[in-house]
Amino acid sequence: MKKTNFTTNKQSFLERIHIDGFLLLSLLCLMFIGLLTIYSSGGQDWDLVQRQLLRLGVGITIMIGLAQLPILVYQRVSIYFYIVGILMLLGVLFFGVVGKGAQRWLDLGVLRFQPSEIMKLAMPMMIAWFISRNSIPASVRDIFVGFVLVFIPTILIAKQPDLGTSLLVSASGIFVLFLSGMRWRIISLIGLLGGLFAPIMWFFLMKDYQKQRVITFLDPESDPLGSGYHIIQSKIAIGSGGVDGKGWLQGTQSQLEFLPERHTDFIFSVYSEEFGLIGIIGLLVMYMCIIMRGLYIANRAQNNFSKLLAGSITLTFFVYVFVNMGMVSGLLPVVGVPLPLISYGGTSMVTLMAGFGILMAISTQKRLLSR
Amino acid sequence: MAKARQTIRDHSAEANLFARRAFFSAIFVFGLMSLLLINLYDLQVNKHLEYQTQSNGNRIKVLPVAPNRGLIYDRNGVILAENKPVFSLEIIPEEVDNLEQTLAQLTELMAITPDEIARFEKDKLRQRRFKPVSIRRQLTHEEVALFSANQHRFPGIDIKARLSRYYPFKDTLTHMLGYVSRINKRDLAKLKDQGQEANYAATHDIGKQGVEKFHESKLHGRVGYQQVEVNNKGRIIRVLDFEPPVPGKDIVLNIDIKLQQKAQQEMAGRRGSVIITDVKTGGVLALYSSPSYDPNLFVHGISQTEYSKLLNSRYSPLLNRATQGLYPPASLIKPHLALIGLEEGVITTETEIQDRGFFKLRNVAHIWRDWKRQGHGTVDVTKAIEVSCDTFYYELAYKLGIDTIHERMGEFGFGNFTGLDLYEESRAILPSRGWKRATFNESWYIGDTISVGIGQGYWNATPIQIANSLNILVNRGKRFTPTLLKGYLIDGSVENVAIEQKPPLVINNEENWDIVLDALYGTVNRENGTARTAFRKTSYVSAGKTGTAQLFTVAQDEEYDEENVHEYLRDNAMYIGYAPFDNPQISMAVAIENAGGGSSHAAPLARNVMDYYFDELRPAREMALAQKNAAKIKVIGISSTPSSHQSSP
Repeated sequence: MKKTNFTTNKQSFLERIHIDGFLLLSLLCLMFIGLLTIYSSGGQDWDLVQRQLLRLGVGITIMIGLAQLPILVYQRVSIYFYIVGILMLLGVLFFGVVGKGAQRWLDLGVLRFQPSEIMKLAMPMMIAWFISRNSIPASVRDIFVGFVLVFIPTILIAKQPDLGTSLLVSASGIFVLFLSGMRWRIISLIGLLGGLFAPIMWFFLMKDYQKQRVITFLDPESDPLGSGYHIIQSKIAIGSGGVDGKGWLQGTQSQLEFLPERHTDFIFSVYSEEFGLIGIIGLLVMYMCIIMRGLYIANRAQNNFSKLLAGSITLTFFVYVFVNMGMVSGLLPVVGVPLPLISYGGTSMVTLMAGFGILMAISTQKRLLSR
Repeated sequence: MAKARQTIRDHSAEANLFARRAFFSAIFVFGLMSLLLINLYDLQVNKHLEYQTQSNGNRIKVLPVAPNRGLIYDRNGVILAENKPVFSLEIIPEEVDNLEQTLAQLTELMAITPDEIARFEKDKLRQRRFKPVSIRRQLTHEEVALFSANQHRFPGIDIKARLSRYYPFKDTLTHMLGYVSRINKRDLAKLKDQGQEANYAATHDIGKQGVEKFHESKLHGRVGYQQVEVNNKGRIIRVLDFEPPVPGKDIVLNIDIKLQQKAQQEMAGRRGSVIITDVKTGGVLALYSSPSYDPNLFVHGISQTEYSKLLNSRYSPLLNRATQGLYPPASLIKPHLALIGLEEGVITTETEIQDRGFFKLRNVAHIWRDWKRQGHGTVDVTKAIEVSCDTFYYELAYKLGIDTIHERMGEFGFGNFTGLDLYEESRAILPSRGWKRATFNESWYIGDTISVGIGQGYWNATPIQIANSLNILVNRGKRFTPTLLKGYLIDGSVENVAIEQKPPLVINNEENWDIVLDALYGTVNRENGTARTAFRKTSYVSAGKTGTAQLFTVAQDEEYDEENVHEYLRDNAMYIGYAPFDNPQISMAVAIENAGGGSSHAAPLARNVMDYYFDELRPAREMALAQKNAAKIKVIGISSTPSSHQSSP
């Protein structure tokens, strides 16, 4: 992939602050689209846009900040970060604050936050650090321990219950194991075990509302005014958008509030209704740019820790995109996953941008060293 | 450190491994993204139309818009039924911050009762929060003014106006006009049967009685539609399309409100009815049933107590006596019977009887008395009508027999609906052998026929039947259907409906009409006529017939009440008449319950009304018309503003 003019022009400056120009440009493009869509779906409320702008500002700041840290630092803090994360999750389990029917929050007096968000970064860092102690392909023993390390926080998060996040967190760990050369035989075995685990999840771990989501996913028409309503309305919004869409601010499904969660989880439906298939292809291309750039950065990274971490961060980002789009278009059950960089909301945005900060650190520091 | 060395050793193999996995990941990502895109393509391209339809179905709602009900005018353009805005105070719960406090403030201002609050709370639960709920209906003007002045204190509360029926003449026209009231379940079922359900989708009231009910289809109009865009809660965002409703037709009745008011005034304090018709068309000029009530009570829902009061009143105000009151027609049918006798050849103008005050059949012990104990002496057919000799008719009926009487009286409309445009009409009873067999399972006796000869016995009739039968006589067999509807008011001018006529009653000898009508003239104008006293020195020449019916009561399931036995056993006073004699214009039928003799009670009342018509109303109308015509001539070419009343065409 060639560097764009933008990066070459500003090369010295961007490189000095450890920023990957191509990645930054793609992120900014998506953020802009996000703001446009939030403005439309939020009933043309400038306040909403301003608050999102502030969050994006905070996110970008964090990204730039994290991009400055040497890889060694990440490598060193991984294990502690992971342990602190686990402790916090335990804390949530015992002292957590209940919100929206789930116990996800930890109240530290001054601020409340979700430790599961920390885990989204701590998990790939920990597994990448653990695997990269030895050469890859990782040994069966390492893979096994790796799975245990993945499993502990996953269970803790799933217990809150927060199925969406627990899946994303476990995915970020498993991606590391996959990239580290886990044998296909083991992958097949895991797949098989997963198949067996599903019924156990259904009967022992999943709450009623989660089961309902799965049922609704399998047959949304079974409850058109209840939990099936979201997915039916979402499909109507997307389908009625057609090839060229109804136009910005013209989406009737969203403007007339037939769509639920319009500026958060279901923002993609709003976008699809207003910008149509053409808009969707544009959006997917931008996401693909980010993902491919991420894999490229991973592949060119200097050491295994960097490679594994960068690859995992990128693939997890893809999972976000895929799960969200799949869920609003009826391919996947409804799990509360926002569309990264587009959906309105703060917590996941910060984690996401932190991930991109690490990705940029890996990207630019590799180049500095290789020079 | 061994591990570190190993790492360096295998660096390129490791890099290759990672590259392969990264490449595989990229394929994986592409694959899933393609899946996503294929699915989205399916939704947006293949199923686009289906989802577009659903999307429109979501947002577009079609709302019916009620048409304005047609107005009702009298023949001179006086409005009899109008649509007036009524004001109600409505609260939009969503827009009120503190409902309890607001209601308390409102109570302070308008004295809202706990009942009203209870009803409001009940209605509120059935509505969406942004839909208005009334707290007080039918605000007075003072209340409207009071609230308007304080509106700023009550955000979310508003005065709403709706058109509602109003009858300015209140109890004057009740039985004829009827009234509208809220559509109930029964009405709804009926509308469904008629396929009119959609047409009434937005309509609040429907005609329940009288003209309002009979001419409902013309008065109602056609529903309009508003295509609106709504949001997920059904709130209207904007109007996309509007198909205006077609208002109901404004109808003009044959009624002359002045005449109707005069009839009401004369009937004050009495029970009975007055019907005045236009002899030449059958048009009903006045139709008053007494006692009456205010139909406006029913428009907004009458209270249970008030309704019970009307329903249980021993004077039965809800009954339309003119069309449902069943009275023995008594002597009023003597002219008809005389005509039948002449036609059948049973009597001639030469026929004379010696009336000794009673009629007796051979071998029958029973005697039928004349109303005049000593009898009328020598009586021919003319005198028999003029003095209302019963004996003559006992004998005539005996000779005609019930079968002939039944058949030929049926031709005068007895025992059947007249076709008046009201649903509240009774067929009454014109007895026959078959009828008696079916009703009492008894044979017909000769004695039964004798009573029928003087309009008593099993025979009863409604005043409208009697009025109709008089018109057939006066018109020499032409049978106009009595009608209330005169025409429609279209763009300021009246378009008359065709005059309804049944095939005429043809008789063998046209002179027989003259004989009977002459006798009616004699009743009023000749020395021994029963209506002579009542009509002495009128400015016009009229003819008529008195009747005095011995009574039970009107056919209502009234309870036998000892206190009232006296009053209710008194005779019914009746009169039919028309004028002017040589060029008949109006005819009248008067029935007054338990008043006494027809010549002393009904005839004077009829005279008062006729005097009013010929001495006051008609000259005034003619003068007004003349002035208007004169004015028209003067200001020809200059647009003149019409007076408040429309001139009759």
